[in-house]
Amino acid sequence: MAVPGNRFSPTAQRVIGALPFLWLGLFFLLPFAIVLKISMADALIAVPPYTEFLARTADGIKLQATLDNYQFLYTDELYALAFLNSLKVAAVSTLLCLLIGYPLAWGVARAEARTRNLLLLLIVLPSWTSFLIRVYAWMGILGNNGVLNQLLLGLGIVDSPLTLLRTDIAVYIGIVYTYLPFMVLPLYANLAKLDQRLLEAAADLGANPWRCFWLVTLPLSRIGILAGCLLVFIPATGEFVIPELLGGADTLMIGKLLWQEFFNNRDWPLASAVAIVLLALLLAPIAVYYRAQAPGSAAVAVTAMRGRRDGGA
Amino acid sequence: MRRAYLAALFSLALLGCAEQPAGPELRVYNWSDYIAPDTVARFERETGIRVVYDVFDSNEVLEAKLLSGAASYDIVVPTSDFMGRQIIAGVFQPLGRAKLPNYRNLDPRLMELVAEFDPGNRYGVPYLWGTSGIGYNVGLVRAALGEGAPVDSLDLVLQPEYASQLADCGIAFLDAPSEVFSAVLQYLGLDPNSQVPEHYQQQARAVLDAVRPYIRYFHSSQYINDLANGDICVAFGWSGDILQARDRALEAGNDIDIAYTIAREGALMWFDMLAIPADARNVDNAHRFIDYLLRPEVIAEVTEFVKYANANAAATPLLPPAIRDDPAIYPPAEVRARLYSDKVTPPKIDRVMTRVWTAVKTGR
Repeated sequence: MAVPGNRFSPTAQRVIGALPFLWLGLFFLLPFAIVLKISMADALIAVPPYTEFLARTADGIKLQATLDNYQFLYTDELYALAFLNSLKVAAVSTLLCLLIGYPLAWGVARAEARTRNLLLLLIVLPSWTSFLIRVYAWMGILGNNGVLNQLLLGLGIVDSPLTLLRTDIAVYIGIVYTYLPFMVLPLYANLAKLDQRLLEAAADLGANPWRCFWLVTLPLSRIGILAGCLLVFIPATGEFVIPELLGGADTLMIGKLLWQEFFNNRDWPLASAVAIVLLALLLAPIAVYYRAQAPGSAAVAVTAMRGRRDGGA
Repeated sequence: MRRAYLAALFSLALLGCAEQPAGPELRVYNWSDYIAPDTVARFERETGIRVVYDVFDSNEVLEAKLLSGAASYDIVVPTSDFMGRQIIAGVFQPLGRAKLPNYRNLDPRLMELVAEFDPGNRYGVPYLWGTSGIGYNVGLVRAALGEGAPVDSLDLVLQPEYASQLADCGIAFLDAPSEVFSAVLQYLGLDPNSQVPEHYQQQARAVLDAVRPYIRYFHSSQYINDLANGDICVAFGWSGDILQARDRALEAGNDIDIAYTIAREGALMWFDMLAIPADARNVDNAHRFIDYLLRPEVIAEVTEFVKYANANAAATPLLPPAIRDDPAIYPPAEVRARLYSDKVTPPKIDRVMTRVWTAVKTGR
């Protein structure tokens, strides 16, 4: 992805260099500042339903900011529980995605050039359908009278239908299914670049295939693994739609709690505070990734994919 | 060749844009499955106004759009207590009574009840109204509890002794905290609109916790299909939705008999209101549509189709007797005396309610 510097004038280079910052400023920093501002307001029955950041009073302009909302998050253990449970669900889903995605990515990377493109297409293809429709399809598969239970009953594997829909199992299935491409693509980009000669050298020196994998392939694909895990873990932590549609009433996740604060309690400031805390929590894994990342990593390759999934929802 | 094809396609797309009628328009945001099939089409034919008709399925979603101040609809349909709060927030503009000649058709007794959340009836016209109560599968409930099943009482779903025996055939509750809590408080003999936090945190919670193990799910629309299919046998839900489940079962011919009762302890009576947001762009067209819906023959057809009562006194004689005399749709006077309405609760109580609701649902 390196920009061939000698073909651009210095000004053009600077403009191109500034673009990512402009993008981040416009679509990340600005919304973040707005959410941060709302998180320090008080809820109000009005349009919009919170107090102004700066109030005009008789003695001029007064700052009306409060940390009460953040304090409130500590007073009720519900929020901590929801955060922890979301992290757990995200961690387990990420691990499952890695276990399924790694062999998948390896297989695609090792395939012949022609088959490889077809396989990649097959991985990306489902995300051309709306994400919501695919989750609804899982409702049809996992229901008590759903496809899966019909199949199991028909084959005589179970006597009575399994309760899958509205359980945590359904949530895991939904998350792993939805986010698997985000694990496979960075891993693939990484594994495809793997220098075959290193593996040959290892084999020549007497390493069996398993040792080759463990000592050469795996360490070299570390960045791909990290990128994939990050792309699954972060959105899965804040996931709302999948637990809402596939999970049960007792599935407690932070996305659902945020929805409740926003819609049931009409407390936009507290909902914003929950979002800010969530973001702060997720900065930790990003920091780990940042430190581990070597220049020119493959992580960039999948940003386009992420955008598609969010657009589809 | 391909380029020419693309160019042709592109110009076609442009043509498509140009052909959009720039004429009069009306943007309506109503509940899903909540109008007769040709109500809108007839209005369009009659007036030449193009109606953009969008639907929502929860008051919360509508409210978030209204409070963000960028809803861009000309007519919205909030429910009683939600509307009361939105009036305070300054979301709506007052109706021009002079533009609504059919306003006189409205039942003055019902308009008094509406005035409890819309003082002076300034901002809204009732579209349809209904109650929240018990829908049940007659055969399955009889099989589980025998002839003595208390189907006319909230005991059926709030007493562990009965609920436990119905758990196997399936109990569903609305996922609407304010509705369920008001029913539980009324059941306990407390004010259904109580502003005492302990009433929710202790009394109501104890009742709900005791039956929570026997409740299969909390959802505000899923129960229609599940009742009709026999997947659940009891639902605490909305009158018209349960009657729609009854009709679906009849159509399917699956020998499932669904009934609706208003609990003898009393029940919530709610109104879905037609209102015009303050930032509406087609205010005159909005009034024309509201006046059209105030015509007895138009709203009678809607009621016949969706099984919710209207507030139009002149429309009642136009309804088929099966609807007009159905106590589940038009409750008789002695039942109506037991109905109460939802009032606007302060944000502090909303928070308590949501918190207890989460605790009940998740067991935390």
